[in-house]
Amino acid sequence: MTVLFGQLFTGISIGAVLLLIALGLALTFGQMNVINMAHGEFIMAGAYTTYVLQQSITGAGLSLVVALPVAFVVAGTMGVLLEVLLIRRLYARPLDTLLVTWGVSLILQQLARDIFGSPNVQTRAPELLTGNVALPGGLTIANNRLFILALALAAVAALTLALRLTPLGRRIRAVVQNRDLAAVSGIATSRVDRTTFFLGSGLAGLAGVALTLLGPIGPTMGTNLIIDAFLVVVVGGIGQLKGSVIVAFALGVLQATGEYLTTLSVAKVIVFVAIVAFLQWRPQGLFTLRTRSLA
Amino acid sequence: MSIFRGRRILAGAMTLVAAAAMTACGSKTTDEGGATGVTADVSGDTVKVGLLNSLSGTMAISEVTVRDSIMLAVEEINAAGGVLGKKIQPVGEDGASDWPTFAEKAEKLISEDRVAAVFGCWTSASRKAVKPVFEKNKALLFYPVQYEGLEQSPYIFYTGATTNQQIVPGLDYLKSQGAKSVYLVGSDYVFPRTANKIIKAYATANGMTVLGEDYAPLGSTEFGTIVNKVKSSGADAVFNTLNGDSNVAFFKEYKSAGLSAAAMPVVSVSIAEEEVKGIGTQYLEGQLTAWNYYQTTPGAANSKFVAAYKAKYGADKPTSDPMEAAYVGVHLWKAMVEKAGTFDVEKVRSASDGITFDAPEGLVTVDGKTQHIAKTARIGKIGADGLITEVWNSGKPVAPDPYLKTYPWASGLS
Repeated sequence: MTVLFGQLFTGISIGAVLLLIALGLALTFGQMNVINMAHGEFIMAGAYTTYVLQQSITGAGLSLVVALPVAFVVAGTMGVLLEVLLIRRLYARPLDTLLVTWGVSLILQQLARDIFGSPNVQTRAPELLTGNVALPGGLTIANNRLFILALALAAVAALTLALRLTPLGRRIRAVVQNRDLAAVSGIATSRVDRTTFFLGSGLAGLAGVALTLLGPIGPTMGTNLIIDAFLVVVVGGIGQLKGSVIVAFALGVLQATGEYLTTLSVAKVIVFVAIVAFLQWRPQGLFTLRTRSLA
Repeated sequence: MSIFRGRRILAGAMTLVAAAAMTACGSKTTDEGGATGVTADVSGDTVKVGLLNSLSGTMAISEVTVRDSIMLAVEEINAAGGVLGKKIQPVGEDGASDWPTFAEKAEKLISEDRVAAVFGCWTSASRKAVKPVFEKNKALLFYPVQYEGLEQSPYIFYTGATTNQQIVPGLDYLKSQGAKSVYLVGSDYVFPRTANKIIKAYATANGMTVLGEDYAPLGSTEFGTIVNKVKSSGADAVFNTLNGDSNVAFFKEYKSAGLSAAAMPVVSVSIAEEEVKGIGTQYLEGQLTAWNYYQTTPGAANSKFVAAYKAKYGADKPTSDPMEAAYVGVHLWKAMVEKAGTFDVEKVRSASDGITFDAPEGLVTVDGKTQHIAKTARIGKIGADGLITEVWNSGKPVAPDPYLKTYPWASGLS
């Protein structure tokens, strides 16, 4: 029973990680339809931001708190630069965007290698986050996993509210639903694109900070995550946040259960087979955005 | 642009990424036909040697340090007049953590650059990929990393530990500490799978129980479930054969699950000083490692090696077992060539038996029959400063036994 609950929580926390890395992509890919292969490198940038900040801020807890907004801005700025310099010139040529951003991702990896060296770097986690909460029955829940779950949910809540309630959110939704109509209504679509890209990339930076608590911090850390992130957004349905949220947790629990009953490799196969089967049945993903657009 | 257009392109993207990932798993077979060996070009005042390490990809974290220490040995030898009066000219290639690339680059070093010997490779998969290339061309490879044994190629010198110099002493140590049950965690490729086969045979013969066995794909960083399984197994110790980035995620998860070195020690065979730095001592303090060399190993030869390495690459750069074995490999090759009086591969091979070197790890002796070297086994404990201090050693160099022929319990393995 303990193991069962332990596994359930593991599944949920895998889901939280998936959600966090996919959330930014749900904006840039899901809302804007830009395939940004360098998204993983923005996650890496967030992780290295934590590392750099720890060189000057010695308190592990304080540096983590400071790293969250700083990484958001660093990764967001990188995203805006990428959008302004390259992606906006290629909106009509998605295949080229794919190749160009893949190239950018390789350049960023090499840049990280040149600045920080090929070996992984370490960050110190605050003591509070390396422990766990003991529940009755010998069940323990890791604090770092709880933190990531809270961060992921907070990010989803903030993003949902921003899209629903703020003028900026309304403009983003208008552009997503019908770009031309939004433009003739006086919305500066290119400025909206830039802002959306800032938010999406910034969320990748947040994910990077969180991942320093779980995994390696090195030049190639982003590439391991990018496929999972795209899967979540595609299965969740493009243009909808709630799809990504549900799918992230579902895949997490499926992965954890499969892994417990079989092995990690077989669990990955199970997850992929489930995804393929699901997309055969619902090629548009879990949720789709209904618009009057003819495109 | 429609939504569906985007998805089709994404599918293309995924195929691209998947294809890139797949090539890392494929094993390359080399051209058929028994070509005669390519002779090394030693006509000038220099002799070329090949350095074949991953400078990019998931293994770069470890292999770059090996490249650095090979370069140090080359410089030392050149400063002392070279080999047979010829300066060594190193030719570096990047294996890119991709096994077919290793085979291609090995072929290039041997056939185009006509090097006298190649130093490098880390994972067993890369060694298995280049082995037929070296055998076909009758060229020499010096392999510097501990490995799973059960191999003896006439064209490879193994300067790292084989199983009876690392894994068996590690198990002996656990047994002496009273461990009755172990849990096995490893990366999913040839070294951990073979190592675990040996561990299971050892356990059966020595009254230990193996409570579970789990493998994670190389590069995998999600260990929630595996750590849950380890924890609920209640094993006395964990034997860890994970390689690369996975170790970082595993130990972070291990600590946050409330497991510790005191409650359930982990013996690792792929974590050396360099990896400790990338994982964080916060997560590793008190855990055990099995190697033949640590930066803290006493002796004049080691003080000199550590000082020279730090002077060249920076005071914050640690030295580790595979680096030391790679460094020793270059010096052993020099001694073999000088004993043979020629760079000719067959003559170098027959001159190899009994060559000794006062290595940083202590005296090592080449066994000409197995082409492995006799070395002292050392169990270490990771300290808060990131260095590893020895808690036990075998007292004298252990003769290499790659097929474990002298261990009755291992009779069914090979």
